[in-house]
Amino acid sequence: MNKGELMEVYYRMKLARSFETRVAEQYVKGRIAGFCHLYSGEEAVAIGAMWHLKPEDYVIGSYRDHAYYLMRGGDPREAMAELFGHSDGCCKGKGGSMHLFDWGINFLGGYAIVAGMCPIAAGLALAIKHKEERRVVLCFFGDGATNQGVYHEALNMASLYELPVVWVCENNYYAIGTSVGRSSASESLARKAKAYRMPTSTVDGMDFFKMQSVAQRAIAHARSGKGPAFIEAKCYRYRGHSMSDPATYRSKEEVEYWRRRDPIPQVKAAIQHDFDAGEEEFEEVDRRVQQVLDEAVAFAEAGSEVPADRLYEDLYVE
Amino acid sequence: MAQISYRDALNQALFEEMRRDETVLVFGEDVALYEGSFKVTRGLLKEFGEKRVVDTPISEAAIVGMAIGAAMAGLRPVPELMTVNFAYLALDQICNHLAVMRYMFGGQVKLPVTIRMPGGGGHQLASQHSHSLEVLFVHTPGLKVVYPSTPASAKALLKASIRDDNPVIFLEHEGLYNTVGEVPDSLEPGVIGQAEVARPGRDVSLVTYGAMRYVCLQAADRLAAEGVEAEVVDLLTLRPWDKECVTDSVAKTHRAVVVAESPPVCGIGAEVAANIYEIVFDELDAPVARVSGADVPMPYARNLEQACIPHAEDVVRAVRQVLPP
Repeated sequence: MNKGELMEVYYRMKLARSFETRVAEQYVKGRIAGFCHLYSGEEAVAIGAMWHLKPEDYVIGSYRDHAYYLMRGGDPREAMAELFGHSDGCCKGKGGSMHLFDWGINFLGGYAIVAGMCPIAAGLALAIKHKEERRVVLCFFGDGATNQGVYHEALNMASLYELPVVWVCENNYYAIGTSVGRSSASESLARKAKAYRMPTSTVDGMDFFKMQSVAQRAIAHARSGKGPAFIEAKCYRYRGHSMSDPATYRSKEEVEYWRRRDPIPQVKAAIQHDFDAGEEEFEEVDRRVQQVLDEAVAFAEAGSEVPADRLYEDLYVE
Repeated sequence: MAQISYRDALNQALFEEMRRDETVLVFGEDVALYEGSFKVTRGLLKEFGEKRVVDTPISEAAIVGMAIGAAMAGLRPVPELMTVNFAYLALDQICNHLAVMRYMFGGQVKLPVTIRMPGGGGHQLASQHSHSLEVLFVHTPGLKVVYPSTPASAKALLKASIRDDNPVIFLEHEGLYNTVGEVPDSLEPGVIGQAEVARPGRDVSLVTYGAMRYVCLQAADRLAAEGVEAEVVDLLTLRPWDKECVTDSVAKTHRAVVVAESPPVCGIGAEVAANIYEIVFDELDAPVARVSGADVPMPYARNLEQACIPHAEDVVRAVRQVLPP
């Protein structure tokens, strides 16, 4: 990858990380409500998985979706406005944090039901195959999803019909407060998926370079018509499950261990090492990120609620 | 005009819609090779091939989930759940996804999914195979619910449901598959949301749907022999149901009995009765009576099962309750 591309990766990761920081600030101020799940720490998984996608590919994922939306190229202003519940949010205030969606970037939703989006991903892929298109579907879910019944149904059918899905399991070791060791009889989530007859890989999800390499192979496999592929990305969320979770179930030592493996400094170090980039270049990116986020917050603050007399809009197609 | 069975009418609707629109797909358990457990999908695989008529594993939740994804990406899926009882396995996908996604995403998705589900009791299939679950779906904003009772309404409404860009729960009654009725040769799609007066009358309105249409017609014949002319209103669509047709009927007859096969608590009877009271209270000469299935899981033994399902004499008894003494 060249320097420009890597600086873009760095920018996107900083944008996602800083967006979550801003969201936390606004949430505490009461501007954002409900359940709010932050992606901080997992940025390499999203950008690594998406890096080799084409614009026409579909991305679908869980409720921890701000980063998916942003990494896919979504507008931070529309995302922030959606979190504020305003009419100029990407879903007109109807969805909120867990349900960002934008056809324009082929981000087909954040979903609150764990594993609920997995058969939907398979259905998108069924349509792709039916229409003889060359798209793939990237489906993000966590370790907890791998124990849900419909997850197994979806993986089975996607393999049976050889559908172009790349399953990306973000194994951050916890489903709210329950560790993988306490919930999955097989601690290797890739091995569980292997039973459904597809290539699987386990990767360090804190390492963008490894992540994008594994994803590139998986995406190529799915796009070639050979069927689905599975990636287990071992990663870590630095914050609690949601804004309501102080994450007391994780030791300070454990969190520090993973902090030392922060994906963003890793990318920065690689750029500095390979391209002799100066500190001021990274500071410029940081400034750009803050400016974009200032605009996003200002946009959200200036917006307004959807009038209540439009409550029944967008329920049925007339 | 021809005399066609309810089953064949549904089959014809599928053929016609699949010929008309190549984005229509049928999938479900045993729908292709086996031609459907109730043979509604007979012949489809042979004409349309494996890409459009797809056998699935036993995975109701994923069957519905895949229909949702396929619909988002531009297809028009018509999944089959082998019986309505198995819909429980797909309730999350139906009520937490299919029903809400258009609204939740601010109108960005269109989900033209028609889920066919045969249901109803009467064949001694016991409590896990005999449900009438329509009310669960009727209660859910974002869905439409259709329940035809005649071959003509089955064909017309299945065509309409498939063409509708909204999610439709399409219920069929297992006991009606062999019933035969007149179906016009070239049939326009029906109107979802329009009820049908199956029998006009002036003394009492019998509001009903599904297999109970026939029970009400039988009751109406018996009542006619006593000089009581019952009007039978067949809802055909349960969500949105035709309030105007029902309240016009009650405004004429001043008495109403709602007849449904499913158990009474929070059933269609409760919904229709509440609306009759709200909209045409001044027209009523008696409280609205409800005839429903027994409030128990469906038992296996023949005599017990028959005691659970409304019969003509139950309807006649209810009518006598609302008539002047």
